[in-house]
Amino acid sequence: MFLKKIALAGSMAAFAASAGYACEIGARVSIVGNEFAAIQAVGAAAQECTGAEVESNLTSEHQTINVAGLSGNPSEYTTAIIANSSIVALMNEDVVRPLNDLVAKHGDGLQKSQLIKIGDDIMAVAFMANAQHLMYRKDVLEQAGVAVPTTYEEMLDVAEAIRSQGIMQNPVGGAYKAGWNLAQEFNNMFLGYGGTHFKPGSAEPNINTEAGVNALNMMKALSEYMNPDFLTHDSNATNAEYRAGNVAILNMWGSRASQQTTTEGVLEEVAAGHAIAAPLTVGGGSIPASTLWWDGWAVGKNISDEEAEATFIAMKHGISPAMLNDETSPLAVWLIEGYQPTEAAQGVFAAAQMGTPPYPMLPYMGLMHSALGNELADFMQGKESAEQALADVEAAYRAAAIEKGFLQ
Amino acid sequence: MRHKTFLWFFLPTGLAMLLFIALPIVSVVTQSIFAPHPAVLIEVESCTPLVGCTTETTIDQDATAALRAEKPLGRFVGLDIYFDRGHLAVTEFGEIWASSDSWGDMFKELGNLPFYRAMAFTLTFVAVVTPLTIVLGLVIALAVNSLHRHLKGLMIFFSLLPMIVPPIIGSLILFWMADSRGIIGSALIAMAGDPDFSLKASTGLMWIALLVYGVWHAAPFAFVVFYAGLQTLPSDQLEAAQIDGATRWQQVKFVVVPHLMPLVTFVALIQLMDNFKVFEPIIGFNAQAHAHSLSSFIFNDLGGETRQLSSASATSVITIIGVAILLSPVLVRTWRDFKGAR
Repeated sequence: MFLKKIALAGSMAAFAASAGYACEIGARVSIVGNEFAAIQAVGAAAQECTGAEVESNLTSEHQTINVAGLSGNPSEYTTAIIANSSIVALMNEDVVRPLNDLVAKHGDGLQKSQLIKIGDDIMAVAFMANAQHLMYRKDVLEQAGVAVPTTYEEMLDVAEAIRSQGIMQNPVGGAYKAGWNLAQEFNNMFLGYGGTHFKPGSAEPNINTEAGVNALNMMKALSEYMNPDFLTHDSNATNAEYRAGNVAILNMWGSRASQQTTTEGVLEEVAAGHAIAAPLTVGGGSIPASTLWWDGWAVGKNISDEEAEATFIAMKHGISPAMLNDETSPLAVWLIEGYQPTEAAQGVFAAAQMGTPPYPMLPYMGLMHSALGNELADFMQGKESAEQALADVEAAYRAAAIEKGFLQ
Repeated sequence: MRHKTFLWFFLPTGLAMLLFIALPIVSVVTQSIFAPHPAVLIEVESCTPLVGCTTETTIDQDATAALRAEKPLGRFVGLDIYFDRGHLAVTEFGEIWASSDSWGDMFKELGNLPFYRAMAFTLTFVAVVTPLTIVLGLVIALAVNSLHRHLKGLMIFFSLLPMIVPPIIGSLILFWMADSRGIIGSALIAMAGDPDFSLKASTGLMWIALLVYGVWHAAPFAFVVFYAGLQTLPSDQLEAAQIDGATRWQQVKFVVVPHLMPLVTFVALIQLMDNFKVFEPIIGFNAQAHAHSLSSFIFNDLGGETRQLSSASATSVITIIGVAILLSPVLVRTWRDFKGAR
């Protein structure tokens, strides 16, 4: 892994040098962000800049430190790599600055679609798209004599076929860990059934509905085909199960697609049989039960103009077309000019074409997500009814939203 | 000691306590009775990749900044946050009290409220782990003390291992062993004869695992304290007891334990406090589906995408009050001893 990273950084440095993309900055740059492979590549490319120091702190705990790290004056970090869910927290706390002036001055080469606009303000620059979609073992599905599912109802049939033929005991995988992951799976299913989290134009919750109940019942039905420990499995654990050959079919993040076959220790038959497909629909709906995401970077507000400018230049260099090569291209669905989609990207593109809704970018969505994560586990364990669980979520959300001033 | 001398001796400690104990408490109390201003929301067109432009709700930063500048602490909410559903849930408690027919009914419905559910686990944890830790610590101390002196060092080292291992690592190791593909998990599956048997999916078994972890982790602390106490046990007392014909059990009961009693109080005090704040095993065992404590609530409030500082502060204050209530019998006794000594 370490050697790979060095090789990656080395090859990118060589590429950048040969392509003649220089990057000169005049003030410090400090990055905080998540740690998956695509973001590592962006961070490494930004660190090619010379003239001042570029520090980066890439960690899966980024979201617990980025608000605090951007709050001081001057702040510890000058930029945060964020997604459409986490930028909301930064905007709520007013710690990121509009980028309009910097885009006007240094923005040549960025595509219009990369600019995240909230009203008239450009608040972030996106560099990759992400969505959860289907991954499966084509060899196992063939062995069971079933077609690749396009709906969750068909996924249940596939799971039953695989189990009843004794091929696998628990063929379905899913990141159902109580907390953020479980809430996200609910969001997917709920939107797939046509639900909306809030009453139009307000912060009033709207999940204790038929769509909510259907979503929970479908999740419960799927969980019957999962490893009984499913409430403790996050994306990492679910993928480990998949790569160990214990799971044949799962809804998983597109950003993990290329690593399913390349990670150390993956079984040969898994690497050979791995395939990806579009996200599934549910309940006869036309839009997939999934959400569309982007990852990008925002620049802190509590820093000097020189630092903001240096940060913009360095981060733009981090996502310049020059950073795309054979190593980095398969890591994500890049929104960068000149990106040629690889095999691993087709799931996310299919999601976008099918009209997958974006993850709601609302100021109070974070509170709803937390409430879902805390209250749904009881239903999944069969301790209470779907209606009761959803009523609990709404009550928990309401208490939090009143505290934060979103509801009276 | 003259009062003035005492004052000068106490001053550095007093200052440190003011700075590191009193001020933070004042700070959390303040934060718990203030909440953020009502959010000023506006509708704007927002544009994102692959989706295009849609109308989205966002916070009007200029208006919010003006509110914040006027009252930086936020709006005063008094005890509202303490009484909301995430904490004491006064309204919901009242409804359940009025509507349930039996105690069983009431406890079942209370279990649906996060605070009371967390209290059920926390108090069980305190009530089970504290005495077991003391008993186990004493047994280990007596056993090690009776070993040959060449073996003692080695045994002390091994007995201390659970305390040397960082709590989160210790609980993770146990968690992986209890996984349905781990050694304990697969052994349980073999014994139960059910391939779907899962320790992590059962609330009861998960509680037992957490309790076992709690005792395993804390016993070395009790052991070390008691072992140190045993070294001060006067041998003439034991010899006298032996001459009087006391059995080994009687020696322990009438000589050793009374000698160690002040240490038992000390260990109990520390353990009550620690166990009430149980946190690491819940995270390490990924047990959030089955068990919560006040500390894990604070962790959730601060770790979500939207931080809930007021809620976390209110939970902190409740934790302080809870610890004070738990310790009150011991504190009252200490106070009486102090009065008696004068």
